[in-house]
Amino acid sequence: MAELLRQAWAVARKDLVLELRTRTALVSAVVFTALVLTLFNFGRDPTAVPTLDLAPTVLWVTFTFAAMLTLNRAFQLELENQALEGLLVSPLSRTSLYWGKLIANLAFVAVVEAVGLPLFVLFFNVSVSRVLLPLVGVIALATLGFVAVGTLFSALVIRTRFAELLLLVILLPFLLPPLIGAVQVTARLLAGRPLSESVGYLKLLAAYDIVFVSLASFLFRFTVDE
Amino acid sequence: MSLVRRGRWITLVALVLLAGVYVRALAFTPIERLQGPAQKIFYLHVPAAIWTEAAMILVGLAGIFFLFLGDPRLDRFAEASAEVGTVFATIVLTTGPIWGKPIWGTWWTWDARLTSTLFLFFLYLGYLLVRGAVRDPGLRARYAAVLGICGMCLVPFIHLSVYLFRTLHPQPIILKPSGPSLPDSMLVTWLFSLLAFTLLYVGFVTQRYAVSLARDARETAAAQHG
Amino acid sequence: MLSIEGLRHVYGPVVALDNVSFMLAPGQTLAIFGPNGAGKTTLVKVLAGLIRPQRGTVRVDGGRRAIGWIGHESHLYDHLTVRENLLFWASLYGVPAAAREARAAGVAERLGLTDRVERPVWSLSRGLAQRAAIARALIHDPRVLLLDEPFTGLDLAAAAELRVLLGELRGAGRTLVLATHNVDEGVELATHVAFQRRGRIVHFAPRGGRDAAQVADAYRRAMSDG
Repeated sequence: MAELLRQAWAVARKDLVLELRTRTALVSAVVFTALVLTLFNFGRDPTAVPTLDLAPTVLWVTFTFAAMLTLNRAFQLELENQALEGLLVSPLSRTSLYWGKLIANLAFVAVVEAVGLPLFVLFFNVSVSRVLLPLVGVIALATLGFVAVGTLFSALVIRTRFAELLLLVILLPFLLPPLIGAVQVTARLLAGRPLSESVGYLKLLAAYDIVFVSLASFLFRFTVDE
Repeated sequence: MSLVRRGRWITLVALVLLAGVYVRALAFTPIERLQGPAQKIFYLHVPAAIWTEAAMILVGLAGIFFLFLGDPRLDRFAEASAEVGTVFATIVLTTGPIWGKPIWGTWWTWDARLTSTLFLFFLYLGYLLVRGAVRDPGLRARYAAVLGICGMCLVPFIHLSVYLFRTLHPQPIILKPSGPSLPDSMLVTWLFSLLAFTLLYVGFVTQRYAVSLARDARETAAAQHG
Repeated sequence: MLSIEGLRHVYGPVVALDNVSFMLAPGQTLAIFGPNGAGKTTLVKVLAGLIRPQRGTVRVDGGRRAIGWIGHESHLYDHLTVRENLLFWASLYGVPAAAREARAAGVAERLGLTDRVERPVWSLSRGLAQRAAIARALIHDPRVLLLDEPFTGLDLAAAAELRVLLGELRGAGRTLVLATHNVDEGVELATHVAFQRRGRIVHFAPRGGRDAAQVADAYRRAMSDG
């Protein structure tokens, strides 16, 4: 287990160093987030629809789409000089590779969300200070699930043509449960309702995380090998 | 008897049975008090919906066994089941609005149950797209199995989201803990219809399987001569 | 020691490996010659553990940790420096953290890269990148070294240096497998010679006293009949 985590961290650290050196994927995703939040603001009639009704959906659609942009990066960069083949030949276990990619992806999405959340608060004039901690918790809970599935699928499409497009198409149905759960809990939190009203959705999100993180950890070995 | 012909016979029997179901439904089964004749579509809609989901679960089970046994027959079955599932999802998505127009007063509504079938339909499309995007048969079978297993595990989550989400859809009237709550004549008609759809599924899958079998045989033959 | 038995692998209609078996002891070097498309790369990838053969077994004493692989690509990350690349691969191969820097400096020196270790890989010329790729494969001092067209991109002087290096490794009891389409390359290193054609090993024998011209003659004869 310690060896598994050590190798996973080696992979994740390498990915983070590479991304910090080029910054392409991260900066694109952050700019994308800011643009989408801006566009949503112009795309609604502020007199007809109360901000609070729309805000949770806007937040989550932005987060999930920005996350999907960063997911492609994970295995795309391994195709450069066929580094992926080198990884597969090395003693690195497939599970460690998956966890390394998952950790790196979660870190990138977390950065995007950390920039997106204040922008969202600013643009939509919602107050989150009272519910900041539970809100961050819900964001983490929902993000883990769909990034886990997305990381698995990004490995699956890497050897196909139109990998980016295919990833979006196959990932979309899997976004439904985390998206519904996250939007509902966020809406209740922003409306000042207690967290106890969202227990059902929180259980849904937690179950999704448990099922798909374990499933993806197991199935990953069948996707990367040639 | 060849596989294709066997499939054709089963399909033929299923279609005759389905015609019988509609003769019975239109002539000998009472008209529902609130919904009127539109309710008749229920005999088509509900069995198709059941088999849309069952087909996805069978795709996933075939995927699990394929990953452990590597038997190409399991992959051919999964392919056939997914295509038939797509057809059944299309039936559900067309009969739903036809029923919805007179009853709900709108062709499409973002009712959770209809939405979840739509997502199942997207899931099937993604699955078939991945199959189409990978040329190597071994790789294609493995990728399809991984996606199929994930799809199978997604089905209960789509259901959970449905139950948590506010829904316009008629509550289940047949598969519920307290037992079916519809007149016997309707239940009998419906059970015949379910049988017809089961045979239709078996017939379609058998024929589709035969097509894959012929394709694989051709590829093997080409390999031996090339 | 390295032994393979009854390997078979096909890509659709193409037979890449057809009943391939042989055994190599420490200190032995096998040179595999064959035209393009004979299945040499597939054979090396199977030995490396990158491709799981459809039939047959591969046994390498010491497993993945004991194998060094030089493929067609460098398996290096363009945006990391040579040193960072070497350290990353050293950590994946389980080189103790304290020994990594010294090991990286050692292989870099052996391949004449000492004054370029701080340069990012993208800035290296083709020949220097190939040397870095060889350094990467040697970072964990593998007992079995698999080389697929290793002389590609090297100038005459660098190719001569590589031959000296490989001779030293053979002398130190390493097992070497060298695949190339050019009979003039590497014959003098080999203790054993094999010719591969359409997936089949058509000739496998100790080199004995044969020089490059004699081996080339035998190669032409093996390729022309049948």
